[in-house]
Amino acid sequence: MVKAMAATVRKTHYTEILNKYGMLLILVLLFAALSIKIEGFASLRNVFSILEQVSMFGIIAIGVTFAIVTGGIDLSSGAVVALASVVGATIVTGSEGYGMAIFAFGAAMFVGSICGLINGSITAFGRIPPFIATLGMMTMARGVAQLVSNGRPIDASSDAFTSIGDGSVFGVPGLVVIYVIVAVVCHIMMSRMTFGRHVFAIGGNVNTARICGVNVELTLLKVYVLAGALAGLAGAMLTSRAYAGNPTFGNMWELDAIAAAVIGGTSLAGGVGSVPMCIVGALIIGVMNKGLNMLGVDPYWQQIIKGMIIIGAVLLDAQKRKKA
Amino acid sequence: MKNSDCILEMINVSKTFPGVKALDQVNLSIKKGSIHALMGENGAGKSTLMKILYGLYTPDAGGDIFFDGQPFSPKAPIDAIRSGLAMVPQEISPSANLSVAANFYLGREIKKGILMDQNAMNNQTNKILDELGIPMSVETLMQDVSVAKAQLLAIATAVSYNAKLIIMDEPTTALTESEVHQLYRIVKKVQQRGIAIIYISHKLGEVFELSDEVSVIRDGQYIGTKKTTDISKEELINMMVGREMDEMFQREDVTIGETLLDVRHLSLPGKFEDISFTVRKGEIFGIAGLVGAGRSEVVEAIFGYKAAKSGEIHLHGEQIDIRKPSDAIQHRIGFVTEDRKLTGLMLNMSVTDNMIMPELHPYEKNHLISESLASDVANTMKQQLRIKTPTVDTIIGNLSGGNQQKVLIARWLLLEPEILILDEPTKGIDIGAKAEIYKLIVELARLGKAIIIVSSEMLELLSLSDRVMVMAEGREVGIVDRENATQELILEMAAGGDVPAVQEQEMASQCQIKGVA
Repeated sequence: MVKAMAATVRKTHYTEILNKYGMLLILVLLFAALSIKIEGFASLRNVFSILEQVSMFGIIAIGVTFAIVTGGIDLSSGAVVALASVVGATIVTGSEGYGMAIFAFGAAMFVGSICGLINGSITAFGRIPPFIATLGMMTMARGVAQLVSNGRPIDASSDAFTSIGDGSVFGVPGLVVIYVIVAVVCHIMMSRMTFGRHVFAIGGNVNTARICGVNVELTLLKVYVLAGALAGLAGAMLTSRAYAGNPTFGNMWELDAIAAAVIGGTSLAGGVGSVPMCIVGALIIGVMNKGLNMLGVDPYWQQIIKGMIIIGAVLLDAQKRKKA
Repeated sequence: MKNSDCILEMINVSKTFPGVKALDQVNLSIKKGSIHALMGENGAGKSTLMKILYGLYTPDAGGDIFFDGQPFSPKAPIDAIRSGLAMVPQEISPSANLSVAANFYLGREIKKGILMDQNAMNNQTNKILDELGIPMSVETLMQDVSVAKAQLLAIATAVSYNAKLIIMDEPTTALTESEVHQLYRIVKKVQQRGIAIIYISHKLGEVFELSDEVSVIRDGQYIGTKKTTDISKEELINMMVGREMDEMFQREDVTIGETLLDVRHLSLPGKFEDISFTVRKGEIFGIAGLVGAGRSEVVEAIFGYKAAKSGEIHLHGEQIDIRKPSDAIQHRIGFVTEDRKLTGLMLNMSVTDNMIMPELHPYEKNHLISESLASDVANTMKQQLRIKTPTVDTIIGNLSGGNQQKVLIARWLLLEPEILILDEPTKGIDIGAKAEIYKLIVELARLGKAIIIVSSEMLELLSLSDRVMVMAEGREVGIVDRENATQELILEMAAGGDVPAVQEQEMASQCQIKGVA
């Protein structure tokens, strides 16, 4: 019997490792396959280009991961990107110098935080499901963005401001540097700080979290503010790269972000998820987008393939939980 | 190997889960029309065995199951039901928004053309309920039906499937004493219809009262089957735990110190009114009453989970304000809740995370949680409370009920509480783990902690408590001292709320009766 147990323990380890790192394996295989198929796919330039694309919705995905781990969701992040980009561009337009550039980034994140604060308040105190709260915010934020900009793009071609999106640090694109910093900070918050543990507790069992003295409302508020601020940051990043703010920016990005979180194994039931795996999820989407583009695959087909991958990831997650 | 006397035969059935061999070559034969009790400690494998029969788990290859003489391998509950095997789960979950009859025919509605035949369903349901002697209107919404009645309805539903064998998984867990006797009557009526019953239970009394035969499994292994008339309680317990044990827990005396907690006129309209009592250091204070008497609500209010509207709580002689659980935690009050799944466990999180959640800062180094520090502490608790888990990183959902309960107790012990509230601390837990938990509770009292226990198990309350407060319909009926507390007295107080006139004088000398409003 002891022997049999040992055998099953070993088997468990394999499946556990596969469960944990399966998506990473898929990412590596995907990248390897595309590198063989497409010349120059594995070049540094191309990799940085993929990372730049990934960095923006990847940052949103990190915020969304926090929300999903509490058992919630944030559908408003794409619209918040648009609003933040319009606000950032309005501030920076016609200005010069790094002071204004940094202020524009700060303002974009602030606007995002306000959206998040509203999402969080409605969810935590109004006891409205976050799906509904953030759905409303999605429409409202997009509307405000249109209103502020009169529905037109706003020039943001300040040298200082655009150098953040276009520049690089030791050869690494600025956007990627920001992504890495955000990822590291958020990973530590989620896995090593009281706040993160409370986020998991709420997603694990909100009643128990209350019994254990977790301030559920305040924690939820923080989560949605964080998600909003990160969407705002992504909006500023996009603006600085596009040299303009635009109320149509970030369309459907919330879905890419949710997809990245889910592909990375974040459970929509709450209580399970991590920042590194969310990055893997975002990279899978990014590598696939780029690869399919370079292969000249019909964009309509690209959408269909992406959809199938998302559903596949959720099926995998359901399968895992059934076994547990 | 087929035996025509048996409705069910399981031969060498095994089931392996990642990391655990839940069942190891188990044999079980159920005679036609008999009540067969199945006993075993928590985690012994009873539920796994039943889930295999119900098509929820696939057994490992190599075993055989025969049902009614035929090889039997259900892939889903519907296969089991079609073959004539029905199950009444431990926790039933009817559709609360539908009527009794609608729940009865859920998924197999009687139709007239394309429409449901409501009348036929109502009549059929009525007929079966009448036959079994369950009085109730079939048009009542399920949400208005008590847990006990819902349990009886689940049994009636199983009967209506024309089942030849019904599995009942600890049907009395949520029932009070009087409800239990009603259940016995129904179970016997079911048997009279020629239906065999597998009756899973932790309670010796039930097994001897009801069953014809009893089988025991322990640690996933089949121990044996006996005729109930041929076996004594002691022998049965020995089969279950594999070691000698007293039937009733004998606690030792603990010196009781000064008053620690003083609850005055606590009220939450609609739940409980004017509850006053004190608990002293080293004292174990029991709260008795029927389900729905407001016992859980009182302790939830003391802990601030659902705060009281009026009244005072004093700790160490000073009034404290408890509005939310974190207030109680700050005052070193711990609370093991009644419903592990609903308010206790974070099922998909690790044993360690489940333990440390109420207070994370002791595990912080430079504002970051140190995993190694946390698992060290969790490991210490694992050893102290003898929690059976592969590692402290194991997801708690994979542990047995008794071990989950130990983790939840450990959670509050880590807080080093002055007051520990335990609501139904041994609900659904086997005898072995129970005794360990009892010992632990007395040990905590010896360390000078004040303990409050809410329990529906009379023996548990009587053997542990120094004093017992009895509640009825949200009111405090009285507080009885250990020397005077008897099952009969407490039941009587709990049932009526009023004190029977004949006994009033006698009882007045035994306990302080509170004015009954």
